[in-house]
Amino acid sequence: MNVPVWNPALEFMERDALERLQLAALRKTLVWALKTPFYQRRLADAGLKHPEDIASLRDLRNIPYTTKDDLRGAYPHGLLAVELERTVRLHTSSGTTGMPTVIYHTRQDLDHWTELVARCIVATGATARDVFQNMTSYGLFTGGLGLHYGAERVGMLVIPASSGNTSRQLQLMKNFRTTVVHATPSYLLHLHASLAGEGVTPDQLGLRKAFIGAEPHSEQTRRKIEDLFDIDAYNSYGLSEMNGPGVAFECVHKTGLHCWEDAYILEIVDPRTLQPLPEGETGEIVMTTLQRQATPLLRYRTRDLSHLVGGNCPCGRTHRRLARIKGRSDDMLIVNGVNIFPSQIEDMLMRIPEVGTNYLIQLEKRGSLDRLLVKTELNARLFTGDPRALDDLRDRIGELLRSAILVKPTVELHEPGSLPVSEGKARRVVDLRPAF
Amino acid sequence: MAEQLSVFIDNQPGRLNAVTGILRDHGIDIRAMTIADHRDYGIVKLLVNDPRGAQRVLTGQGFAAALKPVLAVAIADRPGGLHELLEILAEHRINVLDAYGFVSEPHRWAVWCMEVVDPVETARLVTAQGLRVLDDGELYGL
Repeated sequence: MNVPVWNPALEFMERDALERLQLAALRKTLVWALKTPFYQRRLADAGLKHPEDIASLRDLRNIPYTTKDDLRGAYPHGLLAVELERTVRLHTSSGTTGMPTVIYHTRQDLDHWTELVARCIVATGATARDVFQNMTSYGLFTGGLGLHYGAERVGMLVIPASSGNTSRQLQLMKNFRTTVVHATPSYLLHLHASLAGEGVTPDQLGLRKAFIGAEPHSEQTRRKIEDLFDIDAYNSYGLSEMNGPGVAFECVHKTGLHCWEDAYILEIVDPRTLQPLPEGETGEIVMTTLQRQATPLLRYRTRDLSHLVGGNCPCGRTHRRLARIKGRSDDMLIVNGVNIFPSQIEDMLMRIPEVGTNYLIQLEKRGSLDRLLVKTELNARLFTGDPRALDDLRDRIGELLRSAILVKPTVELHEPGSLPVSEGKARRVVDLRPAF
Repeated sequence: MAEQLSVFIDNQPGRLNAVTGILRDHGIDIRAMTIADHRDYGIVKLLVNDPRGAQRVLTGQGFAAALKPVLAVAIADRPGGLHELLEILAEHRINVLDAYGFVSEPHRWAVWCMEVVDPVETARLVTAQGLRVLDDGELYGL
């Protein structure tokens, strides 16, 4: 079989050459990291002052972990390793307590990111002849722009449709004979469920492939999408701290997601003991950037759970494969592709005097899309008997939450004392979405 | 001015009778009652013989319950009885926010309870047109 490939020299590089390249890139990354206030302190505490202190990749273990909290604490400039005028873009993501995180990129950083995305796209067999409709949000969310530039580099015709507006998506797909889309798996299921209502039959679409990511999904969901549209669907993994999409992607064989190890050092660790785990054992993905000068990150704890797939992929790529993401080692929720921490909801509710301290977050599937239900308790002392004031309150809570978490929840008001009490580890989140 | 009680309850089976059970236990007599559906919750409005006592016992049991002034007007229990009152309100551009009625003596007279923006001024107006506004003592004692 003729394997489609973007950068054969790097993608098929022998392991020992790849590891030598990693070591050199890690030392370079340490030089960059030592320019940031955050890592100067963090690495000095660990006794690391010079890149030469790393003699082999094994010495990676002497480098302390970096966490999301570290990124929040360093916001906005504590992890910037170049002069601000050298940066050309930043992406922020919402934090759990209103404190966001930021990743800066130099022009070269964006160039590297785009190269990685181009590799992912080509690995699925997509080519410059394809028409690519990008159905994920453009903006601070990295999914839109990340795939966009990669697809342009491959030479595809890119339709920057962004997310939502199903009838327009279908019209674009019909008019331009879109062959490849990028979307969350739930959105594609929703899109299919909308076909009949929009008067569109699947054969009117020329769709061949879908890149699906931004939310964990099962093999079953992938097969369902493939069957419904009669296409191939490829799993995409990325996170904004590691640029965004383009970190790991399935090739035509769909046997795990190749992680580009010339750009990242990949580790799987036990989330409790933080000890590295061998191939095949499930743990937290830890990643080190090797190419990003503006915001280098060392041993970043992604909180995503997966394992390394053993053996070699028939495609011949030497970069190791991640199994599909199994879940999170923290309480982050993924709602229609958007990351949400329950604490974001809690913090906002605590600022609204008309609701009490107890609340319940309920996740449901409505059709193919996720529905976020936030149940709150009315504060009895502030009840005036005016039902309009209550309806306004419910709307206002919905708007305030939407501004905090970027997802509009359905808000419910309940009687005082009717929800689980906030003591110890009260069950605050009920996920009624089918498990995978 | 007479007062009615508004109680906030979950829109679920078993909540309404939780309210009426507490009222029964405290010997509170219900004259009239309405329920408004607001999706996840409901507002129960109660006209009772002892509104303040009812509010006390319900809030004591954890309920959100509030007192609001209500304008109770005696109308004739015959065709056109209610219409007479509503004509007066319409003529004076008074908007009815919420209302309910009950018959006090069949074919003789009924009571129309309503919420308006300015109950004091509305009471004055209605009285000037020859209709009778019930004071709280009379209303609670019916």
